[in-house]
Amino acid sequence: MAFTLYSLIQAALLCINAVAVLHEERFLSKIGWGVDQSVGGFGDEPGIKVQLMNLIRSVRTVMRVPLIGVNSVCIVLLLLFG
Amino acid sequence: MDLPHQGFRATKQRARAAPSAGDAVLFDDTSSAAPGMNSQGFYTPAYNMAGPSNDLQGAPGVNNLFADPMASAAMMYGSSLANQGKDIVNKEINRFMSVNKLKYFFAVDTRYVLKKLMILMFPYTHQDWEVRYHRDTPLTPRQDVNAPDLYIPTMAFITYILLAGMALGIQKRFSPEVLGLCASTALVWIIIEVLVMLLSLYLLTVHSDLSTFDLIAYSGYKYVGMIFTVMCGLMFGSDGYYVALAWSSCALMFFIVRSLKMKILPSISSDSMGMGSNSKPQLRLYITVATAVFQPIIIYWLTSHLVR
Repeated sequence: MAFTLYSLIQAALLCINAVAVLHEERFLSKIGWGVDQSVGGFGDEPGIKVQLMNLIRSVRTVMRVPLIGVNSVCIVLLLLFG
Repeated sequence: MDLPHQGFRATKQRARAAPSAGDAVLFDDTSSAAPGMNSQGFYTPAYNMAGPSNDLQGAPGVNNLFADPMASAAMMYGSSLANQGKDIVNKEINRFMSVNKLKYFFAVDTRYVLKKLMILMFPYTHQDWEVRYHRDTPLTPRQDVNAPDLYIPTMAFITYILLAGMALGIQKRFSPEVLGLCASTALVWIIIEVLVMLLSLYLLTVHSDLSTFDLIAYSGYKYVGMIFTVMCGLMFGSDGYYVALAWSSCALMFFIVRSLKMKILPSISSDSMGMGSNSKPQLRLYITVATAVFQPIIIYWLTSHLVR
């Protein structure tokens, strides 16, 4: 399994794309992973599920606009160089 | 041939062949009376060119470099430009990572490196695994042998790449692209491992003082085991490879578990929040054990193709 750094970047881009397409209303709330369903327990450390939901929400918020640019660059590179 | 105004050039005189006669016009030192100047050596022509103008201005012949105001002004401007450029580069780098934090990881000395390599290969007799602190800041690797450093991982990584090139050359499978491919593969595996560790530490809200550089350091220690394994495989054949693989895997697993246990797992004298954390210590233990088990797998993966 010979990796190059570019294949790592592509794999990371695919993973972030996968997280970014999870829609809040249509999907995450239906399976109980919406952010309005996380009970904030003060004084107690949040569990894995809450942390994961927070992570998904923050990735979607932060990466929505940069993903457009990075995806376009990647598509152009793939078209040019295969 | 020891003329008075040549005193400052006394150390640079060499017995070289004289320049051709056609260049004699440029190299003639008109300020001296001796015609045999051309055979003096390599460094005299430059001084000679400044010599005549010096004597024309009447300045002493010692400080040829600063006699010309244009040259000295240009030099000062150039040095101020260089300083500005250096400041800008430092500022930009400091935006991404703290250079002081990085310097901490490279503050090593020979004694530390030798002891650490011994511990990496034979950790079973090491007693005290606690990282010592000095008023809330961790001690540098020079003073504490348990502190992680980045010198050994970096050197081991480079040595591993060179060793991989040599092993492939022995098998007549070498080409320069393979070296780059090997290096980037190993680098990618380190990045993946560090990212997975960071993700799992974040998800389980483990409030440890393990920074990214610490994780890179602990991930990089496996290269020492890899180098040992590949060397034994090259010297003693396939049997030596498997024996060395088993030995370095056990040593590395022990080392990782003992080192990370201090940082990740909660201390015995725990806090008052005893409730709700029943699954936590188990999950933290799983993380530590999973990290340890991952090491032999990756050692085997990255070295098996080098030793056939």
